[in-house]
Amino acid sequence: METFNIFIKSIFVDNMIFAYFLGMCSYLAVSKTVKTSVGLGIAVTFVLVVTLPINYLLDTYVLKAGALSWLSPELAGTDLSFLSFILFIAIIASMVQIVEMVVEKFTPALYSQLGIFLPLIAVNCAILGGSLFMQQRSFDNIGQATVFGLGSGIGWLLAIVGIAAIREHMSYSKVPKPLRGLGITFIITGLMGIAFMGFMGIKF
Amino acid sequence: MSTSKKQILVDPLSKNNPVVVLMLGICSALAVTAQVKPALVMGISVTVVLAFSNVIISLLRNTIPNRIRIIVQLVVVAALVIIVEQVLKAFAYDVWGQLSVFIGLIITNCILMGRLEAFALGNTPFDSFLDGIGNGLGYTAILLIVAIVREFLGSGSLMGYAIIPSSFYEGGYMNNGLMILPPMALIVVGCIIWVHRSIDKDLQE
Repeated sequence: METFNIFIKSIFVDNMIFAYFLGMCSYLAVSKTVKTSVGLGIAVTFVLVVTLPINYLLDTYVLKAGALSWLSPELAGTDLSFLSFILFIAIIASMVQIVEMVVEKFTPALYSQLGIFLPLIAVNCAILGGSLFMQQRSFDNIGQATVFGLGSGIGWLLAIVGIAAIREHMSYSKVPKPLRGLGITFIITGLMGIAFMGFMGIKF
Repeated sequence: MSTSKKQILVDPLSKNNPVVVLMLGICSALAVTAQVKPALVMGISVTVVLAFSNVIISLLRNTIPNRIRIIVQLVVVAALVIIVEQVLKAFAYDVWGQLSVFIGLIITNCILMGRLEAFALGNTPFDSFLDGIGNGLGYTAILLIVAIVREFLGSGSLMGYAIIPSSFYEGGYMNNGLMILPPMALIVVGCIIWVHRSIDKDLQE
């Protein structure tokens, strides 16, 4: 039940875009058509699901205060958590490389769709943000961390597909000239965020 | 200082502003703008990291193999961010607590990668330093405007000092709680873009 709660919460309540503004750069740049935004959303979800369990293990068995005590009891006092940024980003960058190679080898069709986006995901704030939130919230087990990654990814996917659909329709409407493009996208994202706040407090 | 150097420094403040024109670095920016103080600290941290990572990458630009440059850039930036985080933790603990994960997210701030790729890889260290300072200040300026609007309307204070006199509250004035909520940051930035593009018509789409 706890795990299911984390899943629902990470999609709707703690939505990466609307509550924390993570991954805004690619969100704004790639949300012009629904088709490409679905591709990017799936890629982000995929990378989140792959990197979060690895970073969870890294955090639990290497980085946390006293995490190294399984090596030898003398290391129980070491706290390597200041290294977490650099190790997390290294894991993410290398995982993105591996995912890119695997996808290219086994599903060339998907690769040609995601092609340009995959390398960009390494510097998507939502991925590193997911790992840092995971570290901050100290989940009980690796399953919860994975579910958190899946939920955050789906939340991000929902947000980017939603804004892409709205932007496709907006090309027919008369927006004041200075607001066209970037400005109106910000305001719509804000309004969508207010709508998503209606989910606050959901619990099962 | 020659005009071209001055241009490098001044351009990002308005005409090439990283946030409202180039759409960079919005990710970790908006979440820290509910109050002025964390926004200011965040702006300074990004400026410092940006200036020094620009210099380091610019010094290394002829030795980094092209294929692995992204990893090298990430490592340089991550090391600088760790230094900034430790300094903040030591000297400004309360702000460090407020910023929490968003300091770490400076690493994936698009401004950094954007400027390293677009500028530092092709220019001399001093120019890159100026570019870093300019872009950092442009970013800080937008953060501060958003934070001032949100803190003033949302909490009636600036930098934590009450601005609106208590007699107003006794007369029935109430703070606009909506301003503190995350979505309002987006709407305020949208309005800034609106004003900016009404003045500078070249930027309209």
